[in-house]
Amino acid sequence: MAQALDGGLAVQMRGVFKSFDGVPVLKGVDLEVARGEVHALAGGNGAGKSTLMKILQGVYPMDGGEILIDGQPVALTSIQEAKAAGIGMVFQEFSLVPTLTVAQNIYLTTEPRGAGGLINDREAGAKAREVFRTMDVQVNPNATVGDLSTAYWQLTEIAKALAQEARVLIMDEPTASLAKHEADALFELVQRLKARDISIIYISHRMDEIYRIADRITVLRDGRGLFTRPLSEVTPAQVVEGIVGRQIEGMLEWGARDAGEQAAEPLLEVRNLNAGPRVRDVSFTLQAGEIVGLAGLMGSGRTELARVLFGIDRLESGEILLRGQRVDASDAGAAIAAGIALIPEDRRAQGLVLDHSVNDNLLLPLLPQVRRGPFVNDSEGRSLARSLIERFAVKVANPSRAVRLLSGGNQQKVVIAKWLGTEPDLLIMDEPTAGVDIGTKSEILARIRELAVSGKGVLVISSELPELLAVSDRVLVLRDGSVTRELPRQDIPDEESLQLAVQGV
Amino acid sequence: MAQSTVPQTAPAAGEPEARRGPLRGIEWRRYVIYIGFAFVFLFFAVLLGDEGFLSANNLLNIFRQTATITVIAVAMTYVIACAEIDLSVGSVAGLSSVVTAMALSRYGLVAGILAGLAVGLVVGAINGSLVSRLNIPSFLATLGMLGVAAGVAQWITASAPQPILSDTFNLVFGSGNLGPIPGLLVWSALAVVIGTVILSKTPFGRKVLATGGNRTAAEFTGINTKRIKFQVLLLSSVVASLAGMLYAGRLQSGRFQWGAGDELSAIAAVILGGTSLFGGAGSVIGTLFGALLIGLINNGLILAGLDSSQQQVVRGVIIILAVALARRK
Repeated sequence: MAQALDGGLAVQMRGVFKSFDGVPVLKGVDLEVARGEVHALAGGNGAGKSTLMKILQGVYPMDGGEILIDGQPVALTSIQEAKAAGIGMVFQEFSLVPTLTVAQNIYLTTEPRGAGGLINDREAGAKAREVFRTMDVQVNPNATVGDLSTAYWQLTEIAKALAQEARVLIMDEPTASLAKHEADALFELVQRLKARDISIIYISHRMDEIYRIADRITVLRDGRGLFTRPLSEVTPAQVVEGIVGRQIEGMLEWGARDAGEQAAEPLLEVRNLNAGPRVRDVSFTLQAGEIVGLAGLMGSGRTELARVLFGIDRLESGEILLRGQRVDASDAGAAIAAGIALIPEDRRAQGLVLDHSVNDNLLLPLLPQVRRGPFVNDSEGRSLARSLIERFAVKVANPSRAVRLLSGGNQQKVVIAKWLGTEPDLLIMDEPTAGVDIGTKSEILARIRELAVSGKGVLVISSELPELLAVSDRVLVLRDGSVTRELPRQDIPDEESLQLAVQGV
Repeated sequence: MAQSTVPQTAPAAGEPEARRGPLRGIEWRRYVIYIGFAFVFLFFAVLLGDEGFLSANNLLNIFRQTATITVIAVAMTYVIACAEIDLSVGSVAGLSSVVTAMALSRYGLVAGILAGLAVGLVVGAINGSLVSRLNIPSFLATLGMLGVAAGVAQWITASAPQPILSDTFNLVFGSGNLGPIPGLLVWSALAVVIGTVILSKTPFGRKVLATGGNRTAAEFTGINTKRIKFQVLLLSSVVASLAGMLYAGRLQSGRFQWGAGDELSAIAAVILGGTSLFGGAGSVIGTLFGALLIGLINNGLILAGLDSSQQQVVRGVIIILAVALARRK
C-alpha cells in the first residue's frame, strides 16, 4: 500500500461545492486518489458520493472547487472531456446497449474503420479480444450483450473504459448483482488493474469488500469529507460509525427470540414443489412468528421459489398450504387474498411505479380498503398512506410527489409499507436491504424482527449472509433449485460456516 | 420463468469459441420473415399458377406496386430502430407529389424536384424539432403532422389532381425502365442497398441502434441522442417526399391521396422484417422482404378474386400472424 501511494496523485478534487435548487449537497469535499490505488468511498444515502462522482465524470458542473488529473488542473464540463482525461465509470445501473454485441458496445463511437470509412466490426472484435486478454478474462466479443449475465456486462463495461485508455475507474457497488465467485473474480481483476497503475475509486456499502481490496477510504457525511485514512489504521466499527454518525450496536447480532409455542399446524407448508429447472422438489415449513432465511448462490433458485409461492410463476407440481388450506397459486391476486405478500428483489422495476406519488404507490394494494362505491375515497386514502408513512418512518417531505425522488432506502421502506398495509400473514422478502445505506438497513432488520414478534411468518432471501444470520431463526440452503441443508440458527456458529454450506463444500 | 433463465443458460460467454448444438444456434424467429415469404410465395404459386401469378409481368408488377412502400419502409426502419415512430410519411408523400407537380408545371423540372424534397426537409425538421427539442412523443408529433400535411395538400390543390407533363420526370421517377428493369425497382434497390450499408456499417447507423437500444447508455457514451432522433425523423420525411415523387412519376400527376395510409403498410413491413418495435435492432433487408410480403399478399388476393373488403380482412390476419411468429419478447 505504501508503494501505491508513492506513484503520485491520479485525481485531486479540492474543496468541491455543489448545490441543487439552492440545497447544498457538497460543502467543500476533498478527495485524493493515488496512481494504482484502490480508494474506497463510503457514506450513507445522501452523503454526496454519487454527486461527487458525477462531477468527476463530467455529468454535473461543480459550483466551486478544482479538479486536478495527474497534477494538471482540468475543467470537466462534459462526459467526453472526463473520458479524454482518463476517467472511466463502471455503472451501478449497467449502461450498455443490450441489442449490440460486446465489441460493438466497447467501441461505440470509437469504431475502427475500414475501406471508405465503413465500420470494421471484425477488427473491433479482434481489438476487444485483446483488451479482454490483458484483463485475463474470457468473454466472447461477438455475443449480444442482452444474452449475457450481469457479470459479463460488468466485464464489458470495464473493457470499454480500458479501451478508451481510462486511468481512473469508478466502480459503484460493483458486486451488488454478482454471485460470490464472480465477485472474487472481480477482486482479482481489480488487483491486476492496480498492478497496471490504474486507480480505482470503489463505492460500496460492504465493509468486508472494502477491507479486502481497498488501500484507503474516504468517508463522506452530509456533503463533507469526514476522514481519509489508510484502512490499516481504521476499524470497521469506526468506518460504520463515520457513515451513520452514531454507534450502531448489535445491528447484525442475532438475539434468540422466544419463537412461541410450536403450533400443531405450521403457518406455511410447502410440499414437493416443482417449477422449472430452478425449483425442484422443495419442501419446508414455516411457523407463525418465525423468520426463515433462504441462502444460496445466484441462480440457486431463491428468487424463483419466491415467485412460485407468490403465484407469479406457475408451479408444475406440489402443494402450498397456508394454515392447512391449500393456496391456489395461479396468480398474485390469489396469493394476496390468501395472506401472502412479496417484497420483490428489484424495487425499481417490480416494487414501485416510480413516476407515481408515494401515496399512490402505498395505496395500490390497498385500494379495496379505501373505496367509496366505485370511487377511490381520496381523503381516506391520504390518511391511510400517512399512517403507513409514520408507522415505517419513511422520510418523505411531500407524499404526493413521485416516489422516484426518494433515496433508495426510503423507496425500499415504501415498498415494505405498501405490502404490510395489506396485513399479510406471510411476508416474503427478496433482498430487502439491497442498495440501501447502513442506517436504513438496521431499521429494516429491526422491522423484520418486530413482524415476527407480532406473529407473522417471514421468509427472507438475502445474498448478505451476516444479514441472514442477524434475523433468521432457521436458514434453508438452496442449491440448484433444491433445499440441500436446513440449519437452525443456533447450529450456525459464524458466517464462514454458513458460507461453506452455501458453497456446498 | 423460462425467460428469466435465459441469461444464465445462454451459451457461456466465458467460452468464446464454444459451439452450440447444430440447431440451437439458429434463431429461427429472426428468419421467420424469409420463411413466411417463401411459404406465401409457394402457396400462391401453386394455387394461382393458372391465373398468371408466376408470369414475369405479374412478378415485376409486385415489385412496381411495392416500390414506394419499400422506399418509405427503409427509412422507417431507422425510425423504429431508434425507438421512435413516424406516422406522417404517407401524407408527406401526398404533399410532396402535389408540390412537385405544381412547381414543375410553373418553374420547370429542377424546381419541381427541389420543391418536392423541400417538403420532406421542412416537415422532417418540424417533426424532429418537436421530438428532440420539445420532447413531444414522436407518436403524437407525427400524428399531428399527418393531418397537417394531408390537409395542406388538399387545400393548395383544392382537391384537384395536378397533371405532370414532363416526360423526363415521369421516366426517371417511376414510369421508365432501365433496360428490362422497371425504374421503380432500381429506386427500391438503391434505397435498400444504401439503407443497409448505412445502418450496419457507419457510425451514424450504430448511433441510431444505440440510441434505440439504451438511450442512457448512448448518452453516457457521448452520443447526442437528441440530434440522432432529429436526424432520423428528418431522414424519414425526406425519403417519404422522394416516395411521393415516385407516386407522381408513376401516375403522372400529383394528388393529395397518393400515399394515404402508407405509414401503416411501412410500419407493418418494418416489424415483419424483424426490427424491434422497442428499438435497438433493425434489418433493412428484412424490411424489404416485409414490404414484398405485403405486396405479394395484395397481389395474390386480387388474382384469387377476393374483393377489396375481403382483401383487407385476410391481409390483416396474415400480418398479425406473421408478427406473432416473429415476436422476440
